[in-house]
Amino acid sequence: MTPPAAPQSSNEILVVDDVLVRFDTPDGSVTAVDHVSFGVRPGEFLSVIGPSGCGKSTLFNVIGGLLGHTAGVVSVAGETINGPHQSIGMVFQEESTFPWRSVTDNVAFPLELIGMPKAQRIERARHFISLVGLDGFENRYPNELSGGMRQRVSLARTLASEPKILLMDEPFAALDEQTRLLLGDKVLQIQQQLKQTTLLITHNITEAVQMSDRILVMTYRPGKVKRIVDIDLPRPRTSEIVGSEAFGRYVAQIWADLREEASRGMRDEEDHMMQPAGSKS
Amino acid sequence: MSMTATTPARRFSLANVLPALTGIGTLVAFFLIVELLIQTNMLSRFIVPPPSEIIASFPRVIVEEHVLQRFVQTLGECLTAGVMLIIVGVSGGVLMQRFRLLQQACETWVAALASAPLVLCYPLFLVIFGRNAWTIIMMGFVAGLPPVILKTLEGISGTRKVLVNVGRSFNLTSSQQFWKILFPAALPTIFVGIRLGLIFALINIVGVEFLINFGGLGQLINELAERYDLAGTYAAICFVVLVSVMFFMAVEKAEKWLTRAE
Ligand SMILES: Nc1ncnc2c1ncn2[C@@H]1O[C@H](COP(=O)(O)OP(=O)(O)OP(=O)(O)O)[C@@H](O)[C@H]1O
Ligand SMILES: [Mg+2]
Repeated sequence: MTPPAAPQSSNEILVVDDVLVRFDTPDGSVTAVDHVSFGVRPGEFLSVIGPSGCGKSTLFNVIGGLLGHTAGVVSVAGETINGPHQSIGMVFQEESTFPWRSVTDNVAFPLELIGMPKAQRIERARHFISLVGLDGFENRYPNELSGGMRQRVSLARTLASEPKILLMDEPFAALDEQTRLLLGDKVLQIQQQLKQTTLLITHNITEAVQMSDRILVMTYRPGKVKRIVDIDLPRPRTSEIVGSEAFGRYVAQIWADLREEASRGMRDEEDHMMQPAGSKS
Repeated sequence: MSMTATTPARRFSLANVLPALTGIGTLVAFFLIVELLIQTNMLSRFIVPPPSEIIASFPRVIVEEHVLQRFVQTLGECLTAGVMLIIVGVSGGVLMQRFRLLQQACETWVAALASAPLVLCYPLFLVIFGRNAWTIIMMGFVAGLPPVILKTLEGISGTRKVLVNVGRSFNLTSSQQFWKILFPAALPTIFVGIRLGLIFALINIVGVEFLINFGGLGQLINELAERYDLAGTYAAICFVVLVSVMFFMAVEKAEKWLTRAE
């Protein structure tokens, strides 16, 4: 097992050092992220994978500066963050389009903020809309789109801001397999072109192995780093790679890790349900 | 391949006018029943005038009682109260959302104000503003204020957390956060408050006109009722209904224009 990487070299653009997040709830305090440490190199693609409820989104919110942490340090390019950092862009797990803006105006939102002239930002927005495969829906409003389409609008909106570091929380969760593959390819292409540092939360092991340089596997509650796996596969990666033996080995290894954690989670929940009534939660 | 099914047809069809027709039909049926009940003496014509008489009294009410002038006056009072309501109510709600202390201090009594029979305070307003249109406008304004404040507060506080987080992650300043996220997200709820506020304002405006015997339609209703001109009274009430219908249509237009989406 790889021990959690201590932040050593200064060539890491993002460093998460011994981060601990506790929530105070009526039933006592809950540890959502338990002493997590890792570093991300510029241009690296890191996936975070772990059972539901293990603290992935919480970790992302801390990195994005949206949530205070109980202990530890997060730094971007050597700068300790204590709020949203300019070079970080986020795609949220929940539906996050603006219902009062059309698709174009949603995607053009970050461009509007930097004061880009209207004609130019509409053109830029079109580019990203087409990138996520929503041509023809420019003037629609979110309530006229499906869940997966809305998720792609939020993805396009964040991509349009061209952040140095991109945090994506299950952006492809609501998509069918084909769209997921196509969109994954596109995102990977942009990421490689712009040398964007990318963190992706996903439940899809194949997707994680295909896209990532490294995969961080988290344990079921409390969320710790179980293992960080280096994916040593050549780039650019095409879908052929999925059939290769090396690919299969990575998938099997991560699957084994995850199964262990997931079944621990299931047992935990069963124990919870078996508990005598009286402790309402 | 035909693409006709992609957008719902906008052309004239029975389905489009059916709701309106049903509404009008129900009203007509109601009036016919009332008429019938009166004509068969099952309902006293000294309590409810026959609808036919109400309709017949329209020309008289318009020509002799100058109902149109009064209509414009009441409409103007409502409009003034409405504008004040929107400006003060929405800013009040926003301030309460901004300053927690203010919210904790005021929310309860604003809610209490909403259920208070404010119209009974008219002597106080008479003393403050005199026997003129401002007394009436201020009564309407105060009566309509609570729902606008409370719904604005509710709309802004109820903005989905993730939308606020989107704004934060894009490093919005707090004024951008307000104008680009909180306010547009709250707008549909704010409009619910404005509608309620306008209803309260209208009821109180007509009520105070009636009570202090001054101004527009309310006064006319008072006079006609005192003369025991029942048909005329009801005809004047129809004009009050007309004011409220016009207000609703205006608010609906404004909401469509402002929120565009839905
Ligand atoms: N605001 C909060 N207050 C209390 N507990 C919280 C809060 N937010 C999250 N938690 C708890 O922290 C844990 C981790 O939540 P988180 O949303 O990070 O999980 P996740 O790994 O993203 O799960 P999923 O894959 O289902 O999205 C959960 O047990 C959750 O109950
Ligand atoms: Mg999550």
